[in-house]
Amino acid sequence: MALTKSDQVLADARPKPASRFRLSSITPASRYYWIRLVLENPFALVSLIFLTLVLIMTIFAGIIAPYDPDFVNPADRLTSPSSEYWFGTDTLGRDVFSRTLHGGRISLLVGATVMVGTAFFGSVIGLLAGYYSKIDNVMMRIMDGFEAFPGVLLAIAIMASLGAATRNVIVALIVVFIPNVSRLVRSTTLVNKRQVYVESARAIGMRDASIMRRYVFMNSLSPLIVQCTFIVALSILAEASLSFLGAGVPAGIPTWGNMVSEGQSYLQRAWWISVFPGTSLFLTVLAINLLGDGLRDALDPRSRDR
Amino acid sequence: MLTYILRRILLMIPVLVIVAIIIFGLIHITPGDPAAVMAGEDATASDVEEMRERLGLNEPIHIQFLEWFADAARLDFGDSIFLRQPVTEAMLERVQPTFLLTLYALTLAVLISVPAGVIAAVKRNSIVDRLLMVMSISGAAVPSFFFGIVLILLFAVVLGWLPSGGYTDINDDPVKHFKGMILPTFALGFSTAGLLSRMVRSTMLDVLKEDYVRTAYAKGLPNRHVVLGHALRNAMIPAMTVLGISLAGLLGGSVVIETVFSLPGMGRLVVQSISRRDFPVIQGVVLITALIQLVVMLLIDVLYVYVDPRVRYGSD
Repeated sequence: MALTKSDQVLADARPKPASRFRLSSITPASRYYWIRLVLENPFALVSLIFLTLVLIMTIFAGIIAPYDPDFVNPADRLTSPSSEYWFGTDTLGRDVFSRTLHGGRISLLVGATVMVGTAFFGSVIGLLAGYYSKIDNVMMRIMDGFEAFPGVLLAIAIMASLGAATRNVIVALIVVFIPNVSRLVRSTTLVNKRQVYVESARAIGMRDASIMRRYVFMNSLSPLIVQCTFIVALSILAEASLSFLGAGVPAGIPTWGNMVSEGQSYLQRAWWISVFPGTSLFLTVLAINLLGDGLRDALDPRSRDR
Repeated sequence: MLTYILRRILLMIPVLVIVAIIIFGLIHITPGDPAAVMAGEDATASDVEEMRERLGLNEPIHIQFLEWFADAARLDFGDSIFLRQPVTEAMLERVQPTFLLTLYALTLAVLISVPAGVIAAVKRNSIVDRLLMVMSISGAAVPSFFFGIVLILLFAVVLGWLPSGGYTDINDDPVKHFKGMILPTFALGFSTAGLLSRMVRSTMLDVLKEDYVRTAYAKGLPNRHVVLGHALRNAMIPAMTVLGISLAGLLGGSVVIETVFSLPGMGRLVVQSISRRDFPVIQGVVLITALIQLVVMLLIDVLYVYVDPRVRYGSD
């Protein structure tokens, strides 16, 4: 588990940035050591395999799904799970398994896009606020303003204004999660900008934009990666909650949140309509969180015995 | 002390202004004409004009903002378009379920997490510790609406022990009230309990390494006394911050849980207002919630000074 002795000596001999997380503490020869650490963590490994399966099944949902998710078959309404309909059918006789697969598509799409968008805008804001102390205060007060709302409520309010659509869910969630990422990037930037390598880059006349991109940002990367995994999990949960409340993806489109909501009135007669998509949601989010924990342990040695 | 509190309140003002701008801005990001959207699908041109007049949308935008802000500062959010009553009145009618649900869930979370966190820290790597980790990780991953539905399925549909939803006023029939609130409380409090107990555990682990804990052991105090009297009291301070943060989660979560269990609270009001396009209500509830959260954060910071004499805010 531990680094080899020579790795340790080399790591100790290097100048240490004060940042908690850094890839640089691992010597070049073992730059990808952390990947091995992640894979050695049984929870992270199982999660990774599970997520790969989910990814494949949802991407190829069109081929794998035995039925058209919107195919209405009144003759087979509310049938319980069987070899014909693995997850049963809903009130309109639609196949719950096929709908669950297609629903996963939207969840993963939202999770991935929100993560990318949040990482981009959050990093830009965090870098600027951390690097230029003149605008720091103003920017962080604005972030305080956004964080004063419970995330779900802010997202609901934005969705109420924009109207129910997948694209709007993505926009709303990016707005909700930006403060979180920008705060993280700002704090690492505050540390990184005082490092000698930044000073020397400035001394040789590098432009601020390049310094920020090549030195300050690159050294914030590992905590950002960890945070991004959690953002994926949080946004998948948030999308499902919004859809459940009727403020997310329009009703009728198969998403996990919509399906749980549709099934709620039929719990007594057909528990499977809600339970299968809900469980898929739970397991996917759980796997992403466990993978995130594994990543954090691998990238930040200090978190290991927490 | 007083200067610290005053300074904290002054610092809240810019944040409040930004909060107000965000909420005010929401109505203006609506694609198309907000008046037409709010007047409904089958509104005539004069209906739309009347709505526009009512919302003050004919004024220049900065005048609109100042007027709206002046009213909002007096907690006047205008009239609900759908309910045809003042928003403040509509909210007050729905405060009780939301307030009690949040209170119960918070109590449940504290009752579970403090003992669980302490035991897990004292008996590190024991079964309790492992169970706690599992609970905490799954608590963070399970969507509260789905957890609520699983509880309904189990305890209302299959076992038939508890009602699957609905609300009874606590003054009308306390027994029925509590019976109806058990499932919502668990659905909301469980994930907070996971988060809080992890926090209690990790701060307890830190505190248990402190010199004064070693001293307490060295002078022969019994284990219970050291853990509860010395360690826990110090560990509660960081846990208080998390309590404040989890209140935000609870306020947001109650929106979802009220919908699952059809509790007539403020959260359900917001959800119903989305399809009704009732913007004044949404603005009012969202603003009030943000205010509550800011005030709670302030109170927690002030409480710090009382709980922990080491914190000397005024001196810096």
